[in-house]
Amino acid sequence: MRSILIAGIAALLAAPVLIGLAGVVLPAVGYFPALGGDALSLQPFRDLLAVPGIIPSALLSLATGLAATLLSVLVVVGFCAASWGTASFAAMRRLLAPLLAIPHAAAALGLALLIAPSGPLFRLAALPLGLDRPPDLLVVGDPLGLSLTAGLVAKEAPFLLLVALAALPQAKPARRLRLARALGYGRVVAFLLTVWPTVYRQIRLPVLAVLAFASSVVDVALILGPSTPPTLAVRLVGWMNDPDLSLRFLASAAALLQLGVTLAAVLLWLGVERVGTRLLRAAIHGGRRGTADRVVRQVLPLPFRLGALALGLGTAMLLVWSFAGYWPFPSLLPSLSMHNWMRAAASAGPPLRTTLLVAAMATFVALVLVVALLKAIRARGGPMVETKTHLPPALLAAVYLPLIVPQVAFLSGLQIAIIALGWTPGLPLLVAAHLVFVAPYLLLSLADPWFALDPRYERIGASLGRSRPALFLRLRLPLLLAPLLTACAIGFAVSVGQYLPTLLIGAGRLPTITTEAVALAAGGNRGLTAAYALLQTALPCLVFALALALPALRHRRRRGMKPA
Amino acid sequence: MTDAAGLALDQLSIALGDRTLLVVDHPVGPGEVLTVMGPSGSGKSTLLAHVGGFLDPAFRARGTVRLDGQDLAPLPPERRRVGLLFQDALLFPHLSVGENLLFGLHPKLKGRAARRAAVEAALAEVELAGFFDRDPATLSGGQQARVALQRSLLAEPRALLLDEPFSRLDAALKSSVRALVFDAVRRRAIPAILVTHDPADAEAAGGPVVTIGGTP
Repeated sequence: MRSILIAGIAALLAAPVLIGLAGVVLPAVGYFPALGGDALSLQPFRDLLAVPGIIPSALLSLATGLAATLLSVLVVVGFCAASWGTASFAAMRRLLAPLLAIPHAAAALGLALLIAPSGPLFRLAALPLGLDRPPDLLVVGDPLGLSLTAGLVAKEAPFLLLVALAALPQAKPARRLRLARALGYGRVVAFLLTVWPTVYRQIRLPVLAVLAFASSVVDVALILGPSTPPTLAVRLVGWMNDPDLSLRFLASAAALLQLGVTLAAVLLWLGVERVGTRLLRAAIHGGRRGTADRVVRQVLPLPFRLGALALGLGTAMLLVWSFAGYWPFPSLLPSLSMHNWMRAAASAGPPLRTTLLVAAMATFVALVLVVALLKAIRARGGPMVETKTHLPPALLAAVYLPLIVPQVAFLSGLQIAIIALGWTPGLPLLVAAHLVFVAPYLLLSLADPWFALDPRYERIGASLGRSRPALFLRLRLPLLLAPLLTACAIGFAVSVGQYLPTLLIGAGRLPTITTEAVALAAGGNRGLTAAYALLQTALPCLVFALALALPALRHRRRRGMKPA
Repeated sequence: MTDAAGLALDQLSIALGDRTLLVVDHPVGPGEVLTVMGPSGSGKSTLLAHVGGFLDPAFRARGTVRLDGQDLAPLPPERRRVGLLFQDALLFPHLSVGENLLFGLHPKLKGRAARRAAVEAALAEVELAGFFDRDPATLSGGQQARVALQRSLLAEPRALLLDEPFSRLDAALKSSVRALVFDAVRRRAIPAILVTHDPADAEAAGGPVVTIGGTP
């Protein structure tokens, strides 16, 4: 019974991915009866290969995805190795939540405003260089995808630091570092050789999720990526959204190509991992202590801090632009105007409402599912046993499936499946599509604290004659109030940040603040775009703040409930 | 035999895989403390987990455990009315001291005022009058141990399981808390099983001692 529940929820998480993949495979080989395709053929692939620049697009996706992942990992390793245990590490730890709360689209828009030729950096340079108009440089959208890569690193490095932080305690960093340093190793080398391998083993799945995301991202690539040609995922979404339904065949073939690109990226990444292992092993065999690491320790944390700073400045740029009126080039500040906010106030209401509604519903449903799942997993071991419980590996695989298969590939297939079934896109379908991404993050965030709660509390409760529901409602839930609310905030933020599901499953009928912000970005009205991006950022930030404040308020007179 | 008051461990053996961890065959009369001694890892706590109803399914138990003549095996933990005390007081950190006791207080006592009065009385009994609204985290170790004892007694247990409950207390506190616990067992005339590796605990308990795991 419990196993059935667990298997059922795992299937529920994995099913949309599998259905979505079937939904792209069939049209890609010409089968889509609703659109008159009833014979198998390779025509969609021939058409795809005939599209100008399709191979450069695919290579661009592969290269930016790999580069962004490799750089993100290196930035995080460098930061941890050089500053673990220092005050600046603790300070960055507190900054992580707001950095993570910034949605991808808003982060990309802020960065675009920051580095644009008309942005503040070039305005600052204008005076000494004697510029009186923005230089004619393709900084945002450069053909090599450098700004896209940089934007992805700035946003993904904090995520990887978060998962590394969760994995660090199991690597016993304090003890291992003490031991290695007693053997004469410098801090950085000691961390790399004794702590990092254990951490990396545990964050491999999140790293692969970053790789899959970076090689198939759409919203960030629309804002920061090149347009001649754009990345594969961007072109694919263009075809999926084309009113000409016959382009769905082409889009399906492109979705399969995208799967191939991401798979190739994963295979190449496995090679990167091997090189990394070799290097570490060689370092151990060599036995060099690396004690003269003072300069290295100053330099290594800089890229992470630079990325965090860029995200912060980008958000500040959104704020400035949203209040900007006339802003001629070399001036450092614009004239103040409420114009953008008045326009936003007139138009942002319905998309904001949809965003909130979808995020709240998806989070609630995900919470119920995840709690039922965790309860069933714990109960499987017997009543309130003391053995350490983990997520079963098969479940973990099902959970990571929607995070590792490129969104754009299986969501395209889901859209096709919805058309084939003749369903009308509406709120329930949109909530279900968001659930596919909200539930995994909620589960991953809640599982550790759920299993870590001392089982003796519930044993004592039961020995006092309290029923199981009473133990659940009066002990477990209140004791886990803070992690429960944090998990909900993460789920909510994930939903708010979703661009593709809203675009593809909502079929343009249910615009959210996110799709509207990305759409506005293409239109060139910076002030209004900035206002929308700020609204998009405000939602998750508000929810995170609540998730921190409510438990602190509820348990303000309980020292034992202070977060560790 | 089956009508006897108290706790009866009849031919009880617990095994993990092929390895038999312990065999106990001993009655524990009302007001009596059976001390179970043995090195760490010998399965002392496993015995208590079995009696309390929390045995990990990886273990296999044979024989019977009867409480006042009733076989405990079919009863879920919350129906056994067997109180637990651990080496940590484990007061619920989200509740006040008084709420911890209210959580334990037997539901047959009805009415807010009456329940509050019973809790206040239980606090006064262990010299903690006026502690109702205190945060349990602000109490000393000895105070926490006394609250934990009162919490389990307010549920009116038919037996007590003591899992090294004195091992975290310093020497001076140890004897007073010991006296308090053993006194409660005697006055309520309920059986208790004490698991410990401190011979002084066994001596203070004054009851029969069984040693498990390895040579006695």
